[in-house]
Amino acid sequence: MMAEGIFIYLAAAIVILSVLVITRSNPVHSMITMLVLFFHIAALYVTLNAEFLAAIQVIVYAGAILVLFLFVVLLLNLKEEMVARRYIGPWPLGVLAALGLLVVIVLSLKSFIPGPSGVFTTEVVRAETNTKVLGQILFTEYLYPFEVVSMILLVAIIGAIVLAKKRLRN
Amino acid sequence: MNFLEAAMQPGSVDFLYNIAIIVIKILVVFGVIMLHVAYATYFERKTIGHMQVRLGPMRVGPHGLLQPIADGIKLFFKEDIIPAQSDKPVFFVAPVISLVAALTSLAVIPFFDGFVIADINVGLLFVLAMSSLGSYGIILAGWSSNSKYSFLGGLRSAAQIISYEIAMGLSLVGVMMLSGSMNLTEIVKAQEHYPLGMFLFPQLIACFVYTISVIAETNRAPFDLPEAESELVAGYFVEYSGMRYGLFFIAEYTAMIIMASIGIVCFLGGWNGPFEIPYVPFAWFFLKLYLLIFVYYWIRATLPRYRYDHLMDLGWKVLIPLALLNIVVTGIVKVLL
Repeated sequence: MMAEGIFIYLAAAIVILSVLVITRSNPVHSMITMLVLFFHIAALYVTLNAEFLAAIQVIVYAGAILVLFLFVVLLLNLKEEMVARRYIGPWPLGVLAALGLLVVIVLSLKSFIPGPSGVFTTEVVRAETNTKVLGQILFTEYLYPFEVVSMILLVAIIGAIVLAKKRLRN
Repeated sequence: MNFLEAAMQPGSVDFLYNIAIIVIKILVVFGVIMLHVAYATYFERKTIGHMQVRLGPMRVGPHGLLQPIADGIKLFFKEDIIPAQSDKPVFFVAPVISLVAALTSLAVIPFFDGFVIADINVGLLFVLAMSSLGSYGIILAGWSSNSKYSFLGGLRSAAQIISYEIAMGLSLVGVMMLSGSMNLTEIVKAQEHYPLGMFLFPQLIACFVYTISVIAETNRAPFDLPEAESELVAGYFVEYSGMRYGLFFIAEYTAMIIMASIGIVCFLGGWNGPFEIPYVPFAWFFLKLYLLIFVYYWIRATLPRYRYDHLMDLGWKVLIPLALLNIVVTGIVKVLL
């Protein structure tokens, strides 16, 4: 009962905050709303016994990515939202497309089958601690994808350096 | 996770008992740390005073002992001035974010064996997450004040905190590898088999990187560029007055105590000492804390402020490679032994 109550609160808060993020006219206010949103997502992870993911969610998203967003917004010094022309003219068309997508999603929910439970049940994760289990599986079963992701990130870092240096030279 | 699992079974006597114990622990820790914050300012003024051959505060009470209380009362009753062109909601919320980020970390610090408010598995990551949240308070305060000086201070601080957070996080990886855990109590217990009951010697490089990063992370001299009083008046909180300014002040000193505590837990053996002091299990922890706080003041009284580009060079080109090297060496040694 208590667990369901917490979940319902978090889910409702996440939906409401997401709407608030995209409706604020001041970009800094929408950043702050997004910060609160990230904390609710982290709390959702905690209720799922995934405390490592919760901490990483806060460190990476709230601590790093959102700060960089904030930097850009502050440097642009946008006090109010810029008013731009609509990309698409008639809005009923957009609503129709969104409703169609909603219908497709709701219909496809029926054919949703939960996957078979694996080796890592809640009890195993709790006994071994989330961090250890995640590390073990990441560096054994998923080692190859992990290395591929690292390479992609390295390429992105080198690309960023090259772009930044080019501008300096000119 | 203990708290959440307990909260899942309401109605039982154990549940209410657990809640009561947690609330009492929170009140005790909050009270003790607030007292330490107040007297940390007195200790700072006295230390720096004597290092500069002055006496420091002497007027209020014997040897100025009541000075922090007088300062507190003064701040509390001062007029609260809010700039007319400021972004009011953000202006109000910024000092609260700073203070909450600092105080929340207190929940995971083990002051002595068995005394910790929330004994969570990812204690170390939790502290890192909360310290990164602290930068929001500073950036938002700088931006919402609508003043050039605060804005510059806020931007500098954000850049500094982001850079040094990486070095700090990486320096703690070695400790996690040696203890095989991120739970702070486990980390202290893992140190008992090492020389002097500390990770200090096996992790000397990490401790060096951590100490420097912490000074930058808490905006203390010689890395106090965000509040460089000679160029930016007071940096990000120029426009704050009265108790709102006081909140920033408390947040800064609490953050110093938190970071020193994490240093004690990770490198200096936590509550363990060379011999056991009967009836006062927290004695060693607090003695080490006072020593580290003194080191903060000692460095402030000794070194001149860093230049901004030097600060960035030190963080990115010296401390981060050193911390990475430490991880590699620790890994190799751990595999070989």
